[in-house]
Amino acid sequence: MSFPWAEHYTPKHPVMQWMDEKLPLPRLVYNAVGAGYPVPRNLNYFWNFGVLAGLALVIQIVTGIIMAMHYGANDLVAFATVEQTMRDVNSGWLMRYAHANGASFFFIVVYLHIFRGLFYGSYKAPREMVWLLGLVIFLLMMATAFMGYVLPWGQMSYWGAKVITGLFGAIPVVGEPIQTWLLGGFAPGNASLNRFFSLHFLLPFVIAGVIILHIWALHIPGSSNPTGVEVKGPQDTVPFHPYYTAKDGFGAGVFLILFSIMLFYAPNYLGHPDNYIEANPLSTPAHIVPEWYFWPFYAILRAFTVDFFFVPAKLLGVLAMFASILLLFFLPWLDNSPVRSGNYRPVFKKFFLILVIDVLILGYCGGAPAEEPYVMISQVAAAYYFAHFLIILPLISRFEKPLPLPGSITESVLHRHSIKGEQDALPGMGADPQPSNAG
Amino acid sequence: MASVEHSDGQTLSGGEEVRRRDFINIAAVSFAGIGAVAVVVPLIDQMNPSADVLALASTEVDLSAIQPGQAIKTTFRSQPLFVRHLTPKEIAEADKVDPSTLRDPQTLEERTVDGKKQWLVTMGVCTHLGCVPLGAGEGENKGEYGGYFCPCHGSSYDTAARIRKGPAPKNLEVPEFAFTSDTAILVG
Repeated sequence: MSFPWAEHYTPKHPVMQWMDEKLPLPRLVYNAVGAGYPVPRNLNYFWNFGVLAGLALVIQIVTGIIMAMHYGANDLVAFATVEQTMRDVNSGWLMRYAHANGASFFFIVVYLHIFRGLFYGSYKAPREMVWLLGLVIFLLMMATAFMGYVLPWGQMSYWGAKVITGLFGAIPVVGEPIQTWLLGGFAPGNASLNRFFSLHFLLPFVIAGVIILHIWALHIPGSSNPTGVEVKGPQDTVPFHPYYTAKDGFGAGVFLILFSIMLFYAPNYLGHPDNYIEANPLSTPAHIVPEWYFWPFYAILRAFTVDFFFVPAKLLGVLAMFASILLLFFLPWLDNSPVRSGNYRPVFKKFFLILVIDVLILGYCGGAPAEEPYVMISQVAAAYYFAHFLIILPLISRFEKPLPLPGSITESVLHRHSIKGEQDALPGMGADPQPSNAG
Repeated sequence: MASVEHSDGQTLSGGEEVRRRDFINIAAVSFAGIGAVAVVVPLIDQMNPSADVLALASTEVDLSAIQPGQAIKTTFRSQPLFVRHLTPKEIAEADKVDPSTLRDPQTLEERTVDGKKQWLVTMGVCTHLGCVPLGAGEGENKGEYGGYFCPCHGSSYDTAARIRKGPAPKNLEVPEFAFTSDTAILVG
């Protein structure tokens, strides 16, 4: 693990020396997120989001455990106990709003973290396992968020549970027994609510476990960096502490400011008014939408309106939605370009931008009602999403001529900071990755 | 391993024979594996509907108050059930359609009881993803085919509750039911 020039943990205080012999936990921390972990010196702010996602998980676990102290997982009282938390429990409103908005912020930072990885090629060798574990975390997060949204037992909770478990009902033959098994009944009810509560409590700790594996897998090759050029020597790195603890600390400050603005001034902005109506199995809300972080996938689900080759539209939609995520597990082998960073891949860079816009369009359509023109737009956007990963990316990696890479991280850093305007002076330096006139 | 090879001293002649130790090892691990699988069965089965959920399996509905053109919503197995009294015009509209042109070909006769064609009893559960379609309540949107309209993903059902447009794959499900008198049915 890590580089040979990493600083060594040498406890000076006798208590710490004693501790190091019995249980070297401080040593582990020192080597993982302390001065013992050398990190490329050129990381930009896009590298903050991993730590921010960890911070968001901590906020969710703390506020969640507190909420569980005031919640009754029974369909007769669930809605009332959530309202009681909001109105009667001391600071209960703060815990619940922090938990609900914390989920959104968790997804915001995770999406930025994922797109950082997509742009800078963080999924490529030797970091494939980091990427795969990250996707596992993402799937666990989606399951956790879905089940958490059911717990207040409002209208959106109930109908969200019905629609999402209905996805499994699309599977031929075994679908309906699976759906009944998941719900513990023919429709969402007390049994469903109880098991969702149990699993919603469990999964965050599973996520924490997979995060440890994610970081473990990351620390074997070490972090990537904006040039995508591997670390070549001690001059290319700085110790994680104090350099990146300080930078991540600043990022955490910005994150918490934005989080507080949302929490205190627009706590219900990302929620749905219908979820303040208690669940009613006899009345579907006029417009069922999942939470915003599921919208792109929801748009892909709804994009299929006609049967193809005897496969029902419903099953196609479900398969496409799951495929849109499972596809990402194959990404390290779909993109064969040896150049990691999008900064040195002119064609990739353009298509990456189109992909980002495409996902934003999908997101917008997923939140819109199921009518034209949104259905047609989601069909085009969903088709493009799959084309990007399955056709465009493999073709780019085959035909694109990448820009010359800097010789090392240090070279790129010194080049940018000390010899601006003398690009031609150093042979083999290549083009500036970020020309000043680029948008 | 080599040091324990001679310990049973019986079957060393061929060298290819199954050693006693290997046999015991495989047998023990297999037995533990079967035991583990047997334990998993109740762990999974406990998530299936419990006896009290299954007990609520039939519903009686009184039809006497439902006028032609009206529909009521009730529940069957904790899911919505639509009981609709069709008007002659709605029956004619449903009969006019050639079933072979439908996504889920069925005639109104096949979906109702003989001689009581005006009583359309269906689950109020959209076959797409399980929302409750509109159209049973007074003044609700019945969709462009005059039956039911699902607001979630825009599936439209006709006056025989057959799927005509949108993502739903099947007609609204007709549960098993029987007339217990002229004005009452027992569903389930």
